[in-house]
Amino acid sequence: MKQTFAIGIGGAAGQGVATPGDIFAKIFSRRGLNLNAYNAYQSIIRGGHTFLTIRTGPEKVTNMGDRIDLLIPLNQDSMDRHLKLLTSGAACIYNAETIKPASAADGVQLCPLPVSELADIARNKVAQNTLAIGAGLHMMGIGFQALEDVLKEQFKKKGDAVVAENVSVARAGYDYAAAHFTAFPHPLPKTGNRYAILSGNIAMAMGGAAAGVKFYCAYPMSPSTGVLHWMAAHARKAGIMVRQVEDEIGVINMAIGAAHAGVRAMCATSGGGFALMSEGLGMSAMIETPVVVINCQRAGPSTGVPTKTEQGDLWQMLGAAFGDYPRLIAAPLDIGDCFKVIPEMFNLVDRFQCPGLLLCDLLLSEGRLSVNPEDLDFNPTIDRGELITAEGDGEAAASGTNGDYKRYRITESGISPRAVPGVPGHVHTVATDEHEEDGVLISDEFTNPIKRRAMMEKRMRKVAGIEAAVSPPALRGSRDADVTLIGWGSTKGVIEEACEILNEQGISANQLQIRWIVPLHGEAILKILNNCRHTIIVENNYSGQFARYLRSETSFVPNGYIRKYDGEPFMPHHIVDAVKAQLAGDTELSVPMHEIMV
Amino acid sequence: MATSTQRASQLTLADLKGKVDPDWCPGCGDFGVLAAVQKALVELQIAPHTVVTISGIGCSSNFPGYVNTYGMHTLHGRALAVATGLKLANHDLTVLVTGGDGDGFGIGGNHFVHSMRRNVDLLYIVMDNQIYGLTTGQTSPTSRVGMKTKSMPFGSVEAPINPISLALAAGATFVARGFSGEQKHLTELIKQGIKHPGFSFLDVFSPCVTYNHDNTYQWFRPRVKKLEDDSDYDSSDWKAAIEKSLLWGEEIPIGKFFERTDVPTLHGAEPVLDEGPLVHRDLKVAPDIARSFIEELM
Repeated sequence: MKQTFAIGIGGAAGQGVATPGDIFAKIFSRRGLNLNAYNAYQSIIRGGHTFLTIRTGPEKVTNMGDRIDLLIPLNQDSMDRHLKLLTSGAACIYNAETIKPASAADGVQLCPLPVSELADIARNKVAQNTLAIGAGLHMMGIGFQALEDVLKEQFKKKGDAVVAENVSVARAGYDYAAAHFTAFPHPLPKTGNRYAILSGNIAMAMGGAAAGVKFYCAYPMSPSTGVLHWMAAHARKAGIMVRQVEDEIGVINMAIGAAHAGVRAMCATSGGGFALMSEGLGMSAMIETPVVVINCQRAGPSTGVPTKTEQGDLWQMLGAAFGDYPRLIAAPLDIGDCFKVIPEMFNLVDRFQCPGLLLCDLLLSEGRLSVNPEDLDFNPTIDRGELITAEGDGEAAASGTNGDYKRYRITESGISPRAVPGVPGHVHTVATDEHEEDGVLISDEFTNPIKRRAMMEKRMRKVAGIEAAVSPPALRGSRDADVTLIGWGSTKGVIEEACEILNEQGISANQLQIRWIVPLHGEAILKILNNCRHTIIVENNYSGQFARYLRSETSFVPNGYIRKYDGEPFMPHHIVDAVKAQLAGDTELSVPMHEIMV
Repeated sequence: MATSTQRASQLTLADLKGKVDPDWCPGCGDFGVLAAVQKALVELQIAPHTVVTISGIGCSSNFPGYVNTYGMHTLHGRALAVATGLKLANHDLTVLVTGGDGDGFGIGGNHFVHSMRRNVDLLYIVMDNQIYGLTTGQTSPTSRVGMKTKSMPFGSVEAPINPISLALAAGATFVARGFSGEQKHLTELIKQGIKHPGFSFLDVFSPCVTYNHDNTYQWFRPRVKKLEDDSDYDSSDWKAAIEKSLLWGEEIPIGKFFERTDVPTLHGAEPVLDEGPLVHRDLKVAPDIARSFIEELM
């Protein structure tokens, strides 16, 4: 089994859970360790309960894992919720003056800190946090210098006195641990690797910048707001126009307006905002102006659980906007993929002149992962498709003077060369009404069944091109495994780890993870799954949305289902236990219980 | 809004004729607005390929199909949002937004208010006929109290919107009202609105001869009084404009209520656009800047 180490930090919102998390994350990544961080929080600015899990290790860490090695509760509530879940070998560092431990399992080390003896708590309100970081670091076998460097950076702006104060408090915690607590048996190693740590939201925003997005707009909505924040903060450096709009209806229409002028335009929202964008997507499809929309799913329906994760919007994406039209839907597989998929998506929507949707979720959007900086490629291939931005571009010269240019020329591929406003010789009107090849509109007056059919078929011919442009999914792991786990999007990491655990326990498991929802490549999937022994679809929703979609596209029915819709992501053991139960014939539908009360 | 520097050679009315003829009812007020827009573009000699006419949905929203500029016939109520995005992506273009009172003040009311406070550089012409025409005659946001329609057969009990007061309150930097029956005056207002740097709002009485039997040409003619005929009226005085905007009944002012040019346009206020329109920019982020983005995360 690979070496990993997980820290859980719990407290009320506003108590400073994030800062120790950031400090640990920086220390780990600078040691060349991999890292995954997930913050379980609530829609509250002050109070409530927040629980941050940071898991690290020398090898790839893709999810929050099953166990906490070090618990740092910042208040009594966190102690009460989490201490009982610790298992042998774990430790808990806490303020002995304000927090009382209940009983802990055998082998759990309780590490009380006499906070007021070690620091001036009247002057330093978060002394308990800093002491705990210092103490924890010692127990992990990491030298103090690493912490000192990060504290210097963290508090640089607040002046030398604040830096010195924090370093000395951290040192006190570090030294106290050396004298009083038992260190963990396996010190965290150092590797020569260097990682960037980023959230899925930052990854998608940066992916947009790398793809050449010049216009980004949004209405704030958790958990997508991080994309807006990165875009807004970096807009001037990256040369991106960023707008906060009055509502998501305005957002999608503004983005389409910008895209129509010829720039790459993107926007992000969550389920509720996406619902408002639905009509706009139809316009993108009808006037054939490409746009990329990100939906960071949260638990629905309606306002739902704004701070919790779910994969519950699949059918909303599949059915968004009325009528038939070509679209692309991708579900990024991890935070690195959140970056990578955006330039890919833009090339496809530019080529096929249709909307492209990204189905992300809170787990990726707000989770953080260490990513090899080489994987953040700011020089991706850019293919703008058949775009006419100046007189003489492409087929423009041939299309001659005003009136001869046919924006919606009927072609074999269904793709018609697209001139943008401002180009001489290509004046035309686009319409959300059905139209003729030259764009002449006004619905039923200028069309008839023959014209309507021809135009529908022109647009829908793009579907075949899209299918050919995207590669089908592939099976990961041994071909003749006992069990095949099928997931989509953000569950990739946790299913991967569940497979590893199952393999270690003598149950051979492989994985089919779906990244492209549309095009799905149903035939290729069927070919794979028909050769599998026992198939189980794993997803974060109530009704098995992907299972129903796969069945509707392929008639494929798996042997079982593992679903979770409590707002929290899967942990590996949820999947492992469910697989065992299903292979033993206990059930075909498992809904694992999330043991951590967050 | 500002005009493009590119000018066509000897642009004539014929050059601005759209591919198809309007399908409006004979006598519709919108014909007058179309003619005035075409005349204004000819008089200003703005090359049609540098103009984008954007509309929502409704009778008057068929407008882009009837004028030979780049055009977008978008969604009901959304023209201003689309136009804002387009203008920000290529601010060299002259943007005209056309639509009706239901489109702009009803379903599009939110975008209307926010576009004005943003001072997006475009001319927004509302062909205000105080009724829903294309859906065959229902009450609109500007229908008067008591007006009987298919949707309110016993008369509307809701107070109408006052588009002029609303525009003034929302921060529009050019606010005017025209009448489709006053061609020359209307053409002049359109020219001024196109030239104004910022959001120009032009509400035009454009009678619906089929469904609105209250607010007809005959009803408007004796009532409309041109603000330009009042030499004491100062269109830079916002409070005076608010007062005038409240007049309705025997005397209804038309003309330029208000204009100020000291507010930056949305595209002018954004340093991102200092290097010229986004549409002409290189898609790639410079390598040193890309590196700095990644370094921040390490």
